[in-house]
Amino acid sequence: MSNTARANILARLREPQRPDCGFNERDYLSRYDWDTAERVRRFTERMVAVRAEVHHATPETWLDVVSQVCAAKGLSNLLVSPETMLGKQLHAQADRFPALKTYDQPIESWKQELFYGVDAAFTGTYGGIAETGTLIVMPSADEPRLMSLVPPVHIAVLEVDKLYTTFAEAVQAQGWVQAGMPTNALLISGPSKSADIEQTLAYGVHGPKELVVILI
Amino acid sequence: MTSTFRQTVRANLAKPEVRANFYRAMDGLMTRRLDQFPDKAELERLRTQSMAIRANALSKLPELLETLEANLTRNGIQVHWAETPEQGNQIVQAILERHNAKSIIKGKSMVSEEMGMNHFLEALGIECLESDLGEFIIQLDGETPSHIIMPAIHKNRIQIAKLFHQKFPDIPYTEDVDELTQTARRILRDKFYAAPVGLSGVNFMVAETGTLCLVENEGNGRMSTTAPPVHIAVTGIEKVVESLSDVPPLLSILTRSATGQPITTYFNMISSPRKVGEKDGPEEVHLVLLDNGRSNIYSDPELLATLRCIRCGACINHCPVYVRIGGHSYGTVYPGPIGSILEPQKAGLDVHGELAQASTLCGACSEVCPVRIPIPSILNRLRYDGVRKDAANTNTVGSGKRRTLSEAATWKTWAWAATHPTIYHAGSTLATRFKGMLPTNLGAWTTVRSAPKLAESTLHQQVKNLGVDHE
Ligand code: SF4
Repeated sequence: MSNTARANILARLREPQRPDCGFNERDYLSRYDWDTAERVRRFTERMVAVRAEVHHATPETWLDVVSQVCAAKGLSNLLVSPETMLGKQLHAQADRFPALKTYDQPIESWKQELFYGVDAAFTGTYGGIAETGTLIVMPSADEPRLMSLVPPVHIAVLEVDKLYTTFAEAVQAQGWVQAGMPTNALLISGPSKSADIEQTLAYGVHGPKELVVILI
Repeated sequence: MTSTFRQTVRANLAKPEVRANFYRAMDGLMTRRLDQFPDKAELERLRTQSMAIRANALSKLPELLETLEANLTRNGIQVHWAETPEQGNQIVQAILERHNAKSIIKGKSMVSEEMGMNHFLEALGIECLESDLGEFIIQLDGETPSHIIMPAIHKNRIQIAKLFHQKFPDIPYTEDVDELTQTARRILRDKFYAAPVGLSGVNFMVAETGTLCLVENEGNGRMSTTAPPVHIAVTGIEKVVESLSDVPPLLSILTRSATGQPITTYFNMISSPRKVGEKDGPEEVHLVLLDNGRSNIYSDPELLATLRCIRCGACINHCPVYVRIGGHSYGTVYPGPIGSILEPQKAGLDVHGELAQASTLCGACSEVCPVRIPIPSILNRLRYDGVRKDAANTNTVGSGKRRTLSEAATWKTWAWAATHPTIYHAGSTLATRFKGMLPTNLGAWTTVRSAPKLAESTLHQQVKNLGVDHE
C-alpha cells in the first residue's frame, strides 16, 4: 500500500507545471555583531525573563556555584556524567555535592529511579544563542537525552566563547551540516512552561521546573 | 439558515462566556505579537525571506521529499506515505500491532486530528492520551481543539478547575493555574513512564540532513519522542524545507507570530533513532507523510500558496470573524482564515465551501501572515470556483457545486441590466423614486441588520447635478 501511495503522491506532484518560485534571497547571515559583553548581557536578560537562573562564574569558581545552587535548593542528589570534562571535575570533588548519580546504563534498567528518584541533573552544553537566550544541547552517550528533561532541576554550564549571536550563526560557525546532525539536538530557552490555561504562564509542565545556567 | 455551519455559529454566538474567553485571549496575542516586531522594516524583510524559503521548498517539492526520504532512511528513520487519513491510520495501526502496543502517548499534532486518529485507534481498543496541557484538558471534556496552537483557548480557569474536579474527585478543588498544571504533570508523568509508543507532529522537515523539527514549550513533545521505545511522527507532505539554514528564520518568525515569544522553550531536532551505545531515545522512529488532498492543491498555481503555511495561527488570532464565532463553529480541524482556505480545498467546496463565505475580506489575515499567503484572494477564488459554470476547468474539489439557479439568474439579470445603459438608468431611477415601497425584509441579511436605504437620487443624477461630465 505504502509504495503505491508514494508513487501516486509523487506522480501527482510531478504533473503540474510548477512555477519558478521567483525568490532568491535566501541568504541569512547574522545581522548583528554583538561583542562578548553584549552577548552575555542579552543572553542573561532573555534567560532571566523566562525565569531561568543565570550565574556568572569562571573556570575556577563554577564548582562553587554548583555547590551553592545544590545547597540553596536542598537537592538530595545530582545526576552527573563521570566521563565529560566538566563531569570529571565535579566527581573529583564529590564530597562538596549531594549524592552524585550516574546515567551509566540504558534507560530501561533504571527508568523508575530516573523518573521518580532524581532531583537534578547537571550537563554541559554545545553552545548558546544570545539573541533568544538559548542553550544548544546535543545529548550524547555520556549525557543522554532524558537528563535535561526528566529531573525537576537542570543545571547547565555554558562556555562564553561558545555563545553566538543568532541560531543561524551557531549552525554555520559550528558547521552542523558538515559534521552531520546528532541523534537529537536541542535548543533550550528556559524551564518547561505552558500558557494553555487562560494564557497564564505556569512553569514545570513536563520538563524541568527550574533551569540554572552557569556561564564560564 | 439551516446549514450545520450556520447552526453552530448561531449556537456559539449565544454563549457569552465562550465569546469573552476568545476576546480576552486574542487581544493579548495581538499585542504580544506586535511587541515582538518593533522594527517594521525587519518584520517585512523576515516575511519576504520566510515566504521565499517556503516557496522555494514547494517549487522543488517532489525532489525534496525524495531527498528527505533518502536522508531519513540513511539515518535509520522509517518513512511511510499515506494518500488518505485512512491509510495513515492503518500505517500507525500496523506499527502498534507489531509492538503489541495497547496505548499511545501523544504530543500535539494537528495532522493526527486531521486523520481522526484518536477515534480510529480507540475503536481498536487502543488508548490515546493527549499530553499537551491544552489537548489534555479538552480531551477530558470530550472536545476537539478550538485553535491550532492553543487548543483549550475557549475555556477559562474556572471551567477548567470544575472539569478537573469532576474528573479527578480525589484531588482538592483549586482554581490556581500552577496547581492545576502540577496535577496534569503528575498524571502524565506516569503515562510517559509507561507508554510503549509516543506520537508527535512535525513543524519542519529538513531534506538536507534528514531531520524532524518540533517546536514546543512544555516538554511533552520531547517526552513523547524520547521516553517511549517507539516514536511515530505524522505530518503533511508540504512541511519540508531544503536546507538546515532555512530553519532559523522560519523558527524565529513562527514563534513570534504565534504567541509573541522570541523563541519557544524547546526546539527539538530529531535525526535518528537511538544509536549503538546511546542510553535512551526510541529504538524505532517512523515518519508518516500524509497527502490528504495536498497534492491536488499543489496542482493549481494560485491555490498552491496555501501550502506555504507554517501553522503559526497568527491569521486566526487576528481574524474578526474567528474571535466572534470561536474555533468550534467552523466544524473543521483547522479553524479561522487558514481553515477557511484549507478545509474547502481538502474536503471539497460542496462540503466546506461555505467557510470561504464566512469572511469580510478585511485582509487582517494576509497582513500578519509570516509567509505572505494571500488569504483573501484565495477565499475569492474559492467562492468563484464554488459557483463557476466551467467547473471542469479547475481541479478544485467540488467546483461548481455551490452554484444555484436562482443566484445565477439574479447575477445574469444584473449583468444584462448593467451593460444596457437605458435599462440600468430606468431601473435605478425607478428604484430611487419608489424607494419607500422596497421591502424591509431581505431574508437572512435583515435578521441581524436593518435593510439598506436607497439614496434620494442615483449616483448618476448626483454627478450630473454637480456638473461633472461623466462620459
Ligand atoms: S496562513 Fe499564515 S498566518 Fe495563518 S497559520 Fe498559516 S502561516 Fe500562519
